Amino acid sequence: MGQKKALLIDISLCVGCNACQAACKAENHLPEGDEKTLSLSAFTALSEHDGLFVRAMCQHCDIPTCVSACPVAALEKRADGPVLYSADKCIGCRYCMQACPFHIPRYEWKSTRPGIKKCILCAPRLEKGLPTACSEACPTGATKFGDRNELLIEATNRITADSGKYVPKIYGKNDVGGTSVLYISPVPFEKLGFDTRLGQEPMPILTMNALSKVPNVVGVGSVMLAGIWWITNRREDVAREEGSNKQDSNHKNRG
Amino acid sequence: MKTFKFPRITFWGVVATTLIVLGVGAAIARFTLGLGATTNLSDEFPWGLWIGFDFLGIGLAAAGFTIVAAVHLFHAKDYEPIVRPAILTAFIGYLLVVLVLVIDLGRPDHFWHPLVMWNPHSVMFEITWCVILYTTVLSAEFAPIVLEKFNLHTPIKWIHSVSLPLMILGVLLSTLHQSSFGSLYLIVPNRLNPLWYTPLLPILFFISCIASGVSMVILETLILSRKGRTLLPPELRANLAKITAVALAVYLVVRFQDMFTRGTVAELKHLTYHSLAFWFEIIVGFVVPLVLLLSNRIRHSRRGLYVTTIMVLAGFAANRMNVAVTGLEKYPTHTYFPSLLEVLIMTGIAAIGFTAFTLIARYLPIFPDVAPPEPDQHPFSSLSPAIEGD
Ligand code: SF4
Ligand code: SF4
Ligand code: SF4
Repeated sequence: MGQKKALLIDISLCVGCNACQAACKAENHLPEGDEKTLSLSAFTALSEHDGLFVRAMCQHCDIPTCVSACPVAALEKRADGPVLYSADKCIGCRYCMQACPFHIPRYEWKSTRPGIKKCILCAPRLEKGLPTACSEACPTGATKFGDRNELLIEATNRITADSGKYVPKIYGKNDVGGTSVLYISPVPFEKLGFDTRLGQEPMPILTMNALSKVPNVVGVGSVMLAGIWWITNRREDVAREEGSNKQDSNHKNRG
Repeated sequence: MKTFKFPRITFWGVVATTLIVLGVGAAIARFTLGLGATTNLSDEFPWGLWIGFDFLGIGLAAAGFTIVAAVHLFHAKDYEPIVRPAILTAFIGYLLVVLVLVIDLGRPDHFWHPLVMWNPHSVMFEITWCVILYTTVLSAEFAPIVLEKFNLHTPIKWIHSVSLPLMILGVLLSTLHQSSFGSLYLIVPNRLNPLWYTPLLPILFFISCIASGVSMVILETLILSRKGRTLLPPELRANLAKITAVALAVYLVVRFQDMFTRGTVAELKHLTYHSLAFWFEIIVGFVVPLVLLLSNRIRHSRRGLYVTTIMVLAGFAANRMNVAVTGLEKYPTHTYFPSLLEVLIMTGIAAIGFTAFTLIARYLPIFPDVAPPEPDQHPFSSLSPAIEGD
């Protein structure tokens, strides 16, 4: 599957034409319409912040929180970028929705056999060597598709070429351990509704720290409990011995 | 042995039956209409009341492992009479939680997937396995009670022969399970209010479940000792109250120390929706009962213990609900309130639990003086390895 693909979204170039959403809907056979928030029928949506437009979509994290959260591995990160979902595995616990730091997965609440829905980074197109539908449709080049490495270089070049035009940050380069959707912006990201306090550590580390202690708890715990059983049991034996020697019938033993 | 009698129609019987019927109706609606039509769950609040109920059920079931550990592993034999009620509580608690989980799952038909599709990185995976394994252990701990009733002694012997590893496994699984509920929320540092979010969540969940589990045992012995029989001498009950007090004290120290070192106490400066919820939880559930339990008189008074244990349980419930719901709310824009059907399913399941407990306690040798078992040497022991050696 080769190189890890990514999208570079240049917020300064986006004109808010919504061509990306329209193309996405066509590509994924979703009902048409102009939607302002992510939904079951909108895998990407534009929000406006003082004349600037921000595209929301699954970030296709390098070490995705949703993938680590899913108990049945219904979500998977592919080497070429996309984070994909298989409804056949999903049990519907919705931990992925709870866990995703970008609040991306949407649930088919109305269905009696529900699953989650989100952007798939046009995985079938990627397999054919095509760019994502949204990037292909973008008239201004605000959404650009390519290898993640190359896009990172390009983003850095754009930022350094015109100092003052962009804030010196590529959102998604290192955030939550890096993502496959990169943003550059002319204004600080906080002002555009980005969560800039997520840190550079992948979120799954937080739970893995706790999970990695499980073997210790089991190992140390079982030896300790068996030891306590043995010691207190032994005390009881001793107590019984003494009891029968001294005929002390009131000897009680408490652990 | 007993002639079958129609159950007497009692007030509680009517209440329980009504709740169960309503609950079953609500569950049918949930399965035929889907989650969206019947619950207030949404993309903003994918988890709601039911998850809180799971936390609660499992927390109360903590009675099972604390008492089993105390009596059979630490050899605190005086507490023998409450082992069986505690195991029964835990067993029913777990079965109810499994029931709620299956109702809560979007694809109940896929509930068995974690058995074959593994993701050891997932806390949810750990939880699923804890539920499965511990429910199995509990049924093995509970089985002798049923077998005894039907005079099947050979299988009891088999279970006895593995009882020590079984009990150790049970205690470990509960420890992991209780704390893993806290671990679930480690992954949402950006969303859970700092008053509740801390890397110590799993540890705090564990400590508080000991307080609530032991309170639950005390409450049970109070309720069940009513009709002229005493399940546990007041002195021993007072000792249990001491354990609760210690757990509460440890909890408060760990929680506040952590809040001070991480600076989250600052969140308490202003009176907000969240800080109010925090203070309610801490004062009602932890501080006041702790202060009360320090008094020897209260530890020996039935009414005193009733009040304090109910406070501990209320505080525990508030804590779990705050982590599961309130702490994730962005008041007043993003809030969640359960739908009527969600509530009905929950009360229905709780009613099933109470009814099951009452019925089982009536027909099986759970309490020392209810159905005297065979003149065996150790009438009240469920599965003590020490018994074998006696
Ligand atoms: S943005 Fe959310 S849903 Fe998308 S890969 Fe990252 S964690 Fe998963
Ligand atoms: S809802 Fe489905 S995809 Fe999401 S974590 Fe649960 S099982 Fe995995
Ligand atoms: S990558 Fe594909 S699925 Fe994702 S938003 Fe773009 S067009 Fe839609």
